[in-house]
Amino acid sequence: MTQRLHELRRSLLVSLWFMLLTFPIMVIRVNTITGTIRWRWSNLALIGIGSFVISVVWRYAMQRKTGEVRATGVFAQVGARVGAGAEKVRTVLDSPKVRVRLVSGLLAAAVAYPFLTSMYHTNIMITALTYVVLGLGLNIIIGLGGMLHIGYAAFYAIGAYSYALLNMYFGINFWLALPIGAALAGLFSLLIGLPTLRLRGDYLAIVTLAFAEITRLVLQNWQQVTGGAAGIPNIPRPQLFGMTMRLHQTTTFVYFIMLAVVILTIFVVHRLENSRIGRQWVAMKEDYIACQAMGVSIAKAKLTALGIGAVWGGLVGVIFAARTTFINPASFTVWESVIILSTVVLGGMGSIPGVFVGALVLMLLPEYLRPFAQYRMLIFGALLVTMMVFRPGGFIKKRRKAYTITEAEKQSVIEAGAEADEDTEE
Amino acid sequence: MVLDVQKLTMDFGGLRAVDHVDLHIQHGEIVALIGPNGAGKTTFFNCVTGMYKPTGGEIKAGRPEAEIQSIKGLKPHIITKHGLARTFQNIRLFPEMTVLENVMIGRDCRLKSGIIGAIFRDPRTRAEEAQVVKDSLLILDKIGLAQWANEAAMNLPYGAQRRLEIARALATEPFLLLLDEPAAGMNPHETRQLVELIRRLRDEENLSIFLIEHDMSLVMNLSERIYVMDYGKLIASGKPEEVKKDPVVIKAYLGEDVSA
Ligand SMILES: Nc1ncnc2c1ncn2[C@@H]1O[C@H](COP(=O)(O)OP(=O)(O)OP(=O)(O)O)[C@@H](O)[C@H]1O
Ligand SMILES: [Mg+2]
Repeated sequence: MTQRLHELRRSLLVSLWFMLLTFPIMVIRVNTITGTIRWRWSNLALIGIGSFVISVVWRYAMQRKTGEVRATGVFAQVGARVGAGAEKVRTVLDSPKVRVRLVSGLLAAAVAYPFLTSMYHTNIMITALTYVVLGLGLNIIIGLGGMLHIGYAAFYAIGAYSYALLNMYFGINFWLALPIGAALAGLFSLLIGLPTLRLRGDYLAIVTLAFAEITRLVLQNWQQVTGGAAGIPNIPRPQLFGMTMRLHQTTTFVYFIMLAVVILTIFVVHRLENSRIGRQWVAMKEDYIACQAMGVSIAKAKLTALGIGAVWGGLVGVIFAARTTFINPASFTVWESVIILSTVVLGGMGSIPGVFVGALVLMLLPEYLRPFAQYRMLIFGALLVTMMVFRPGGFIKKRRKAYTITEAEKQSVIEAGAEADEDTEE
Repeated sequence: MVLDVQKLTMDFGGLRAVDHVDLHIQHGEIVALIGPNGAGKTTFFNCVTGMYKPTGGEIKAGRPEAEIQSIKGLKPHIITKHGLARTFQNIRLFPEMTVLENVMIGRDCRLKSGIIGAIFRDPRTRAEEAQVVKDSLLILDKIGLAQWANEAAMNLPYGAQRRLEIARALATEPFLLLLDEPAAGMNPHETRQLVELIRRLRDEENLSIFLIEHDMSLVMNLSERIYVMDYGKLIASGKPEEVKKDPVVIKAYLGEDVSA
């Protein structure tokens, strides 16, 4: 109990820190024309409450992970029941046959989607898929790398502005801008990561949030280059061999680009998880002192997660700019970062299907439940807290595929080893 | 010489946990570091392995066939790569990873594949990954843990966990193995196995061994030279028989039965 009170106090301190640090940018608004200052106190309250909630959720999740907190009574029962149901679904899904069918069914549905529905629905789906990629990207940093990052929208912004600006000044086309935007986002992530590697948990969050806000402010105030708050209009849509496409054709085209990026992201994240770097990430989260004592460079492992995670933000940023043909800094606020974070936490930190489902649900529900749209933030918050209590692992809890070896493989390796020994002795 | 420590000093604020300690280890030796609780033994290990940055002194180490060089103040993972591997007084395995994966992490510092390899899984990366599994399994077999390869590390019996820490350290290809109380919490049978294992490693793996231990019978029976610390200072060193009789040492242990 005292432990929990202690944690709550820490969270309170963190939120006070946030309020103090973001005060100059979030609260004070100088109107240079009239020479007056507007105090936006409501922002301060929002930041305070928001950061407090995030910090509590994060600390709670961390404690849950180390098994220090256990839900009791009703919570435990409900949690257990939901968990059992999820396990049942999972065992069905574990069969490779079911899996192949499910994936091919999903893929077929995804390919047919734009032809079966209207442009309106296709557009909504493009947005949802965008958040799937953003979620998966952030998931590399949070779920795999174990670092709390709440400035992910900055990478999205960097990607979008890379394309818009490179196109405006140098006439660089969409396809060339894609890798450039992705690389720039990764680069910025590394630059901000280098000096902050020692920070952990919610302290790192403060720095990433500040970084995102500074990025947005630079975009907003560097009038001569970025067009300031008015943004950049007339960004060209994606081209296909110079063909002229009508609007709905372009929409379908963008949809397929997004779909390809989603598949690419899933593929890459999956490969990373089951590789040397994936192993390092798991070990680093389980015991980082032992991990570095075993010869793993924690700095390198963390920077890798930061860099590769950010790349996806940059990539979809470019697509976003090309799709909306107009961007301004207002699209990349703190809330954008918080929404992306919510998709990861709700869906299931570290779990690919979890983040996928989380992003789809969080993006599609509000679109189709318009009357509730204005309460979106409230519902997000409530959902987040409820999930933390009942199912802290998210909708679909991460389950790591441990490296195992069959008995036969084991025997053959050991026997071969013994023979090799004899050879050297002779 | 594989390890040469001179005037090593470590301060924590006002507390001098290690005070001008000189210590050296020859190739192939088994050397013990003993002393009462809080003497600064673990701190000494932490300085040598880079977990702490020493306040003063010099630490040099190197493979027997190479020149020894300064490793003072280097990062832990660099020192491990240089060839010094350790275990922890309080077991620090990766609890949810399998026994095999724990050893695979030990191999990590000898691997080359990077991100591009992870994504494209080119033949070289695949070969390297297959080799890691093979090497790790052979190490497990050598330490007698192969039957648990697929088990989560936390499910292992206590003695086996301690041995897994040794297996994981071995996987880094060290020339010097630093063991912090490897027999702590083991029963007499497990301790005997451990003594045998340590001897075998020294003989077969071309290793030097540096261990901290409270179990006096183990220390006297296993080590060829002993260093004794008390309150951060080196108070005695020499062969087990000499140290055992040293009045200063007996006084430091104050009633603790050194000859047991
Ligand atoms: N990180 C640290 N910060 C401050 N003091 C420390 C730190 N690590 C160790 N000490 C202090 O240094 C002294 C030596 O501790 P150390 O753990 O090295 O003892 P030890 O010889 O390993 O004892 P034991 O046999 O109980 O393991 C102790 O007084 C301890 O409190
Ligand atoms: Mg100790």
